[in-house]
Amino acid sequence: MAECHEADQKRWNNLRKVLERAGPFCHPEFEHDSDLLTFILTSCPILIIGAGGLGCELLKDLVLMGFQQIHIIDMDTIDLSNLNRQFLFRRKDIGCSKAEVAAAFINKRVTNCQIIPHFCKIQDKDESFYREFCMIVCGLDSIVARRWINGMLVSLLEYEDGVLKTTSIIPLVDGGTEGFKGNARVILPGMSACVECTLDLYPPQITYPLCTIANTPRLPEHCIEYAKVMLWPKENPFNVPLDGDDPQHTGWIYEKSLERALEFNIPGVTYRLVQGVIKNIIPAVASTNAVIAGICATEVFKIATNCYVPLKNYLVFNDVDGIYTYTYEAEKKENCLVCSQIPQTLTIPDPTKMKLKEIIALFTESSQYQMKSPGLTTMIDGKSKTLYMSAIKSIEERTRKNLNKTLVELDLRDGCEILVADATSPNTMVVRLNYLSADVEMK
Amino acid sequence: MASPPPKSPEQTEKSKKYDRQLRLWGDHGQVLLENAKVCLINATTLGAEILKSLILPGIGAFTIVDGETVTEEDTGSNFFLDYDSVGMPRARVATQSLLELNADVHGDYIDETPEHILSHTQNFFNKFNIVIGTSLPEKVLIPLSKHLWEANVPLIVCRSIGFLGYIRLQVKEHTVIEAHPDNENPDLRLINPWPELKVHLEKTDISKLDNKERSHVPALTILYYFIKKFQEHNNGALPRSRSDKDEIRKMIQESAVCDENGVQILEDNFQEAIHLVNIGINPQIIPTQLKKILEDDCCTHLTQDSSPFWIMCAGLRELVQAEESLPVRGTLPDMASDSGSYIALQQIYQKKALSQSEFVYRRVCQIVTDLGIQQDIISEQEVKLFCKHCSELYVMRGSCIADEYEKNSPDLSVYLEDPDSLMFSYVVLRGLERFLGEYNVYPGHLDDQVEPDVLKLKIITGKLLSEWRCTQILRDERVHEVCRYGGAELHSVSAVLGGIAAHEAIKLLTHQYKPLNNTFIYDAITSSSATYTL
Repeated sequence: MAECHEADQKRWNNLRKVLERAGPFCHPEFEHDSDLLTFILTSCPILIIGAGGLGCELLKDLVLMGFQQIHIIDMDTIDLSNLNRQFLFRRKDIGCSKAEVAAAFINKRVTNCQIIPHFCKIQDKDESFYREFCMIVCGLDSIVARRWINGMLVSLLEYEDGVLKTTSIIPLVDGGTEGFKGNARVILPGMSACVECTLDLYPPQITYPLCTIANTPRLPEHCIEYAKVMLWPKENPFNVPLDGDDPQHTGWIYEKSLERALEFNIPGVTYRLVQGVIKNIIPAVASTNAVIAGICATEVFKIATNCYVPLKNYLVFNDVDGIYTYTYEAEKKENCLVCSQIPQTLTIPDPTKMKLKEIIALFTESSQYQMKSPGLTTMIDGKSKTLYMSAIKSIEERTRKNLNKTLVELDLRDGCEILVADATSPNTMVVRLNYLSADVEMK
Repeated sequence: MASPPPKSPEQTEKSKKYDRQLRLWGDHGQVLLENAKVCLINATTLGAEILKSLILPGIGAFTIVDGETVTEEDTGSNFFLDYDSVGMPRARVATQSLLELNADVHGDYIDETPEHILSHTQNFFNKFNIVIGTSLPEKVLIPLSKHLWEANVPLIVCRSIGFLGYIRLQVKEHTVIEAHPDNENPDLRLINPWPELKVHLEKTDISKLDNKERSHVPALTILYYFIKKFQEHNNGALPRSRSDKDEIRKMIQESAVCDENGVQILEDNFQEAIHLVNIGINPQIIPTQLKKILEDDCCTHLTQDSSPFWIMCAGLRELVQAEESLPVRGTLPDMASDSGSYIALQQIYQKKALSQSEFVYRRVCQIVTDLGIQQDIISEQEVKLFCKHCSELYVMRGSCIADEYEKNSPDLSVYLEDPDSLMFSYVVLRGLERFLGEYNVYPGHLDDQVEPDVLKLKIITGKLLSEWRCTQILRDERVHEVCRYGGAELHSVSAVLGGIAAHEAIKLLTHQYKPLNNTFIYDAITSSSATYTL
């Protein structure tokens, strides 16, 4: 036992040097001693969200930076196209859970570590699960999931007489990559800019106007969208929704796109492009994931040990032309929907004209909200009333007629609160209506 | 009723596996990668991380040269050396576990020190497309650098220590056809169009179109029409200045017509024409960088050893001399228009591009014949690609690391004026290498030697700076910090450097994207980096 301990100490000699020695550039509150190594080895549980390109790297990096208690969560299974970068997976693992295979690999390779996988959605876990971690690291390709976990961590914050209790903060380190570009950021919920504060950093997805697709195609993408958006629902060739992972489906779209392209003399429809458009594929390589995950893991190490001041708070990386990095401090948004604690108000110029569907359009289209399919409820005379909800079919059918009603027709008064629920957040957002023409006669 | 199963093109296993990267460097880039042989000297954490990011995308083969055995410390930071392998040859263990990453890649190892190989079989390294060295001592680095410089084999040298990283790229000459620039202006040629384009554009009289026709004209046609109008008003003079451009924008704006309700609207395509004014009106000029390439000795004095790149440059040069302009790129940005008008325009651009690349190809064939070299060395397809990307051609000429260390003392004073410059980290790292050479151990390796080693390293860096005739002083803190590391290699820092170095290797092997020129410093304390040309 003692021998094992001694050998283990030797294994971590590199970490011990930076944790047990003082340094001129260290964080002012850095306390160099051997307890720090013990702390990260035994009492600093970390959650990694995503076991894909970044997740695999993060798991390896954090384990070898001394974090031996790690949970990893991912709902995805392994695909052949993952193997060019998700290095914990082999051909035999195709179809298995990413989180489970990654955890098993690391537990086998690295002595004494304890990786616990969760093969599920992040939404399947509740507050009590997330509260257990010292820190959360994200390697995701989904903006919705990022916003959701961000909302979760903000909702875990506790305030005492309006002052944030620092013990309730769970830092979030977030990485993202696309091709040879990437970014890494450190979020201290409630203290620094959160995901929602900087929502405008995410570029809008490319969309093509329907009339171009239908009438005046010019690009190969227009032909593919035509087959996907117009022909598939009409002809319903396999009697199921389009599945980009089904080669028969992709093949069908490819054929129809080619026909369309031939009709208009449009060059450039290839099978690869068809796949890319259907699945909205983002190019990815091993090297960029290694870089971004390495930067994130280094920040986790800094925050956990206090050895250096962590990144403040956003880094961009690009190695298309030479090697470029840039760091800056993203600013907290005064009236952030999620982290500001300021009640949201919605100013309505004329409630006799504003229809419910226009409010919903505002929530989905404005860069400030960018919601997916918000469900709206309110309290009228102490009773809860669903205004509109698309997620559940029966409720959607029952509330659809409300879409064309004006706010006055819906009995919504000046100052009343609307509760907005959406996939982008674990919490319901409360919005207070503020009528400019406040003296509207209610029926 | 279900449709019959479609006859979509068979996708190979490989193209499925590599799909996400083929979208970046294409099948032709992948072929170069799969033919590449890479040598890694020293399977340190950093070395293994670099190879990992090369094996995953599928290089052809690798060889690890390493004379060390696995230590306990290695297993705490190197993912490819597990605890049970302590005491075994590091080259062997690393090769075995790295090979698990990709069944398509071949790998072997030589369980010898690089010193040994350099003194016995120097030409051993010549067979590689690239050599990567980590934690090299000066006594290996300098002869290796000289040898590979002569042999014309690119070398990447890397070091990871504590929170500090260094990457140096040595390549005699490197040429790039596809630089993949982030922003690229479309190549339109509205000023001085070739005859076919001119005839086509002049077929449309914007003032005679009805509202429906108006909304379908491509922005290019609109802009050309108003350039002509501008010339009519200005005695044939071409628009040049900012105010000329403003005038054209105004003309387009004022051409707005009324809809059936009498409301004046400017259609999308007219808005696009206004946006195109800036780039559409600039005369197509040959970039200075390209002029230099076409005037380069390598282009004007071809030999039997000239690379396909330079032979194609010579072919291009003949076209440029004959036509006084570059080949047309042949692609158009999307613009609001009916399908027919857009495609007709696109075909005119494509046809021109094709005829120009055919010209260059014929010249290339002639040159190849004249030089008396193998006919099929350059394919028509390659010439096409070359012409399409001719405005982004790039040539990098590097410097030999041995010269930096021995002959030309680097002039660093400009950088060292800034007290926070990462160039100070370069100085510390050079000091560290000299320390290793003198004492054969990392400064601060032992807990009780940190303070004495700080003094020794301060003396060494002081000497270095005075050798380089730099008057600036290296702050003690920087020396202290590197001694605090005691040679420790931290996994996450090496992971960052490993990814970066691997991508530089991929750039060199695929001849796509512009590589680092030539020294990169990474400071993980502040998450910042800098590039210097030494």
